[in-house]
Amino acid sequence: MLLGPALGISAVLFTLGVAGVLLRRNAIVIFMCVELMLNAVNLTFVALAQVLGVGGQVFVFFVMAVAAAEAAVGLAIILAVYRHKQTVNLQNINILKG
Amino acid sequence: MTGTAVDLIWLAPALALLGFVLNGALALWRPTAKAAVSVIGVGVLAGAFAIGVAVVTAFAGLHAEAPVVIRYWSWMPVGTLQIDAALQVDQLSAVMLLVVTGVGSLIHLFSVGYMKEDPGYARYFAYLNLFIFFMLVLVLGANFPVMFVGWEGVGLCSYLLIGFWFNEKVNADAGKKAFIVNRIGDFGFLVAMFIIFWATGSLDFREVFAKAPTLLAAGGGAVTAITLFLFLGCTGKSAQIPLYTWLPDAMQGPTPVSALIHAATMVTAGVYLVARCNVFFALAPISGAVVAGVGALTALFAATIALKQWDIKRVLAYSTISQLGYMFVGVGTGAMAAGIFHLVTHAFFKALLFLGSGSVIYAMHHAYHATHSHEDAQDMRNMGGLRRHMPWTAALMWIATLAIAGVPPLSGFFSKDEILAAAFTRGTAQPAWYAFWGLGLAAALLTAFYMTRLMLYTFHGPNRSGADAEAHLHEAPWVMTGPLVVLGVLSAAGGLINVPELWSGSAWLHHWLEPVTQAGAALLPEAHVSTATEWALVAIAVAVAITGIVGAWRLLKPEALVPARNAPAERGLAKVLRNKWYIDELYDFFIVHPLVWLSREVLWKQVDQRIVDGAGVNGAARGARALGWLGSRLQTGQVGVYVTLFVLGVLAILWRVAGAT
Repeated sequence: MLLGPALGISAVLFTLGVAGVLLRRNAIVIFMCVELMLNAVNLTFVALAQVLGVGGQVFVFFVMAVAAAEAAVGLAIILAVYRHKQTVNLQNINILKG
Repeated sequence: MTGTAVDLIWLAPALALLGFVLNGALALWRPTAKAAVSVIGVGVLAGAFAIGVAVVTAFAGLHAEAPVVIRYWSWMPVGTLQIDAALQVDQLSAVMLLVVTGVGSLIHLFSVGYMKEDPGYARYFAYLNLFIFFMLVLVLGANFPVMFVGWEGVGLCSYLLIGFWFNEKVNADAGKKAFIVNRIGDFGFLVAMFIIFWATGSLDFREVFAKAPTLLAAGGGAVTAITLFLFLGCTGKSAQIPLYTWLPDAMQGPTPVSALIHAATMVTAGVYLVARCNVFFALAPISGAVVAGVGALTALFAATIALKQWDIKRVLAYSTISQLGYMFVGVGTGAMAAGIFHLVTHAFFKALLFLGSGSVIYAMHHAYHATHSHEDAQDMRNMGGLRRHMPWTAALMWIATLAIAGVPPLSGFFSKDEILAAAFTRGTAQPAWYAFWGLGLAAALLTAFYMTRLMLYTFHGPNRSGADAEAHLHEAPWVMTGPLVVLGVLSAAGGLINVPELWSGSAWLHHWLEPVTQAGAALLPEAHVSTATEWALVAIAVAVAITGIVGAWRLLKPEALVPARNAPAERGLAKVLRNKWYIDELYDFFIVHPLVWLSREVLWKQVDQRIVDGAGVNGAARGARALGWLGSRLQTGQVGVYVTLFVLGVLAILWRVAGAT
């Protein structure tokens, strides 16, 4: 059984995703890091499905479906923002504030 | 319910209220229908008087020792406190009922003539009827709250009628002054009611007075507080020191109002209250002395001011304050019957004096109106020699003057003498009362003096109203002199209701009131003086009255007077008296101005504007805004910050969950 290494890899992937979201400025990169986190979770689901039953595998399909939808909406937003501001650097996109 | 005419008692106030409703409706929609207003206004009063006579006759036939209380509905049932809308007929309220409706009827009739040409005729009668309603509630109420309704109601009517001609500011101000000063007294009445309820658990007259001797320690703090607060109410309503200043200003109202409210009925409510609570006052010897002392001081003090007033109604106003002082000497001494007796006779002769002065003012006003003159129709310096033009008024007012001065055998002699004798008698037990007797005697001297002065300047000597105006002076119509004649007869013969045993009389009123007053009288110390002393007291009182009258007659020279517009200013003591000892100015300086300053500079500009508005209202708004500002600092617009915080939050929750397991 490869449960331990699988969970380890997914933890590393997830941490990489979080770090990317926190540290990078480019919206596209951040978006990709979010995808990385989602897939790290998918990996966890699949790995644990070996032990706990197929429910985890079913969930992975849901996550992939939602991630696809999210990618469509997210990319559309980034495109629209770019048309307005000629940039996708999040530091310059800060008009929503108190 | 007694099954006799006593059960009809509710009709008396109801009729007056009906008169108010009808006249009020006419005042709103048909103010010109003066004939209807006269019929309703006087008719309801005559009806109320007839009912009063029937009720009192029936009540006398019952020979009841206890009051007849008739419950109508439950007004304020609160826990153990049950307050009913109930009326009470006993010997004391019977006397008041007859005085209020009887003298009230005569004054209503007089008003028909006096107010004939006034555009507010219907409104005037509406107010007058409403006053009678509240006055009857006051004297017939069977418990303190019902009485208080009447007490407040008459104050309201007094305010409305003093400011009747409200388009002159001075009249409206006088009304306000009367109302505000009375409120101070009403506060005392309220506090007294609270203490009575606290101490006895009830507010019904019968219950309270039955329980009082057992529940309240004689001379104790509770009963002394009750009586002193009640007396504060009396000083407001009955114009005693220190709250008397509203009554002279109340003369701004129409003269019949002064006669009805500010001489005969409302201002005597305080005397009625003390007589009603005679048990309390008998239990509180200190309060009794305070009442008698304040009364005696007021009697003398007001009499000195009356010496130098030129306005005919102001003389009578101060005279009223002085005579009310006598009544308080009587009731404060414990001689309740004497105080009530003086209340009754005073209602007769003072109503007569006021209505007589009303006739004089009416004649003067018409004379000046006919000659287009703008002289003061109430200033005695503009009168003089009026007996040649109005012989009836002059003769009748002389009867009242002799009565108030205390000349035997007129009504005022018997009542005033009885009060002075009672004070002297109490003096044998408690020497303080000798001082009250002395003050009363001095006031009697001044009373005789200033009343003779008033008559002398008004009706005797040369006429000073000007040759043109003099030709227009004439006697008032019969509808005005008629009531004067009736009051003249009552002023002359009113003493017959209580001729003392010293004069081989039956002291009828004294015995009639005994069921009400004996409970208190039994608690007072015994005091007696010999018959010889009593005769000596009578001789002194008569000598004082005669001295006052003769002295005024010899000392005052109406020929030397000049009309008001040419009169020189007074000097020295005369100026001080003319300006009423500057009491109004003193009150203004020491009470009104500091109060206004406190209200404006501290309460308004500091407490209201700075603390309530500044710290409270605006402070709360500023605080909310500051909090909002703090919160808005988190909203940087940087998604990175949000995500960081979000991650930190998730970590914290995970930490907490991991720690819990």
